[in-house]
Amino acid sequence: MNTYGISAIYRFELARWFRTLVQSLLSPVISTSLYFVVFGAAIGSRMAEIEGVSYGAFIVPGLIMLSVLTESISNASFGIYMPRYSGTIYEVLSAPISAMEIVIGYVGAAATKSIMLGLVILATARLFVPFSIEHPLWMVSFLVLTSLTFSLFGFIIGLWASGWEKLQIVPIMIVTPLAFLGGSFYSIGMLPEFWQKVALFNPVVYLISGFRWSFYGVSDVAVGVSLGMTFFFLTLCLIVIWWIFKTGYRLKA
Amino acid sequence: MQSIISVQNLVKTYASGFQALKGVDLEIRRGEIFALLGPNGAGKTTLISIICGIVNATSGSVTADGHDIRKDFRAARSKIGLVPQELTSDAFESVWRTMKFSRGLFGKPPNPAHLEKVLKDLSLWDKKDSPILSLSGGMKRRVMIAKALSHEPQILFLDEPTAGVDVELRRDMWDMVRSLRDSGVTIILTTHYIEEAEEMADRIGVISKGEIILVEEKNTLMRKLGRKQLTLHLQAPLQQIPTQLANRQLELSADGAQLIYTFDAQADATGIASLLRQLNELGIDFKDLHTSESSLEEIFVSLVHQR
Repeated sequence: MNTYGISAIYRFELARWFRTLVQSLLSPVISTSLYFVVFGAAIGSRMAEIEGVSYGAFIVPGLIMLSVLTESISNASFGIYMPRYSGTIYEVLSAPISAMEIVIGYVGAAATKSIMLGLVILATARLFVPFSIEHPLWMVSFLVLTSLTFSLFGFIIGLWASGWEKLQIVPIMIVTPLAFLGGSFYSIGMLPEFWQKVALFNPVVYLISGFRWSFYGVSDVAVGVSLGMTFFFLTLCLIVIWWIFKTGYRLKA
Repeated sequence: MQSIISVQNLVKTYASGFQALKGVDLEIRRGEIFALLGPNGAGKTTLISIICGIVNATSGSVTADGHDIRKDFRAARSKIGLVPQELTSDAFESVWRTMKFSRGLFGKPPNPAHLEKVLKDLSLWDKKDSPILSLSGGMKRRVMIAKALSHEPQILFLDEPTAGVDVELRRDMWDMVRSLRDSGVTIILTTHYIEEAEEMADRIGVISKGEIILVEEKNTLMRKLGRKQLTLHLQAPLQQIPTQLANRQLELSADGAQLIYTFDAQADATGIASLLRQLNELGIDFKDLHTSESSLEEIFVSLVHQR
């Protein structure tokens, strides 16, 4: 096990993040604050409570998830796409480091950033609305699992992308809509019955629902199902990455 | 002597169907400077990339210091440093950080003293905190070398190390490569500049169209293939070579104004004196004469074109 190698990649990635700390941390914090001002304070004050939770508090888990999902993907995909684009990937490929160790380094760093981001947003949200966390351990577990899963997904996108547009297309065209429609701002139960069924095909519904349960003990789907689905996506991403390294797809000629 | 790198029947066919390597066999000796020469697209970079683990071989095997590059990739790769052709580096990182990264990546514990020595040897010490982006092209090239040396490799691959490097810096680079060799590092370099191979290499391999067409000690190669020519500029053009001279290695230029005598420069009797005497007897006068020696470049061109 090349632990020095893993730590070199991990620290390199975190250093890149700290170099651009303002844009990588401040911008999600600002946009989340805006959501709270608009949805929490302005609109939320006129909304009824949802399952006993005030609207402002209700959207907290969803907003954290929204940021964690998009940032995990963009961080991890950029982290591996950049060396492919600039050519510095040669060094990683020629190093005595296994595929799994490379993934641990890059994905571990991306997930770390997402977890930190999630916690920062959580703290920011607390400034706007009062809320308590019923199952803090589960909350952290969901946060870690989701960060990890979507960082893996981002890593796959970063490997697959053959240009900057492709790097952007999945987060913008697929993940952001899925996150918005996945119940960040509303309970799935508020949808007409037909759309409730459609929503169940949206993987993000399970993540947000489980995460919200850890806060308030209320959920759209059973928490076990949420957990199961999260692990399912995690496994799926791991299989795809295993295949990518086995075949050298987009990495080695 | 035991080979430090052994390449056996290495074949690479790219997805496009292009066969970049057609069964390459190559032994690199421990401690030598080996120059791999070849025209563009001959397979130089593909060969290096396979040995370093950047490209997968279609078939064949490679061992580095006795370790199979696939089965035992950790041991094999930790012995190897690679300086690629293109200047690719993390522009915003400082020289020092990027070196630390390289060393860690290759599984070595931190060793600031070694990194300091490498940077000083490459005259980069005063730039250690500068972002790579701010360095000149020649410095960036040296940073690439510094990165490759950061994990104390025994084998160093230099892919076109002096492409786009000015003459003075090229000399410095050669000195540096020689001192590395003296410290026990085996060096394999590819180059376009024949002059470079002629200057530095202990042995030379020529690759063309995916095949190694020759591997030879540089000195042997120069001697074996290096021919000398004596050119005589005649007072009056000749129609043909006189029959009395038919048994000599003579050629007449197309306009008949020059007589060209090819001889073996290493031989004891070059035959020049007797030729000149004979010309005198035949009444063939000349106004000027000069000799020329074929350079590695001519040898190389003739080798590649024979194919």
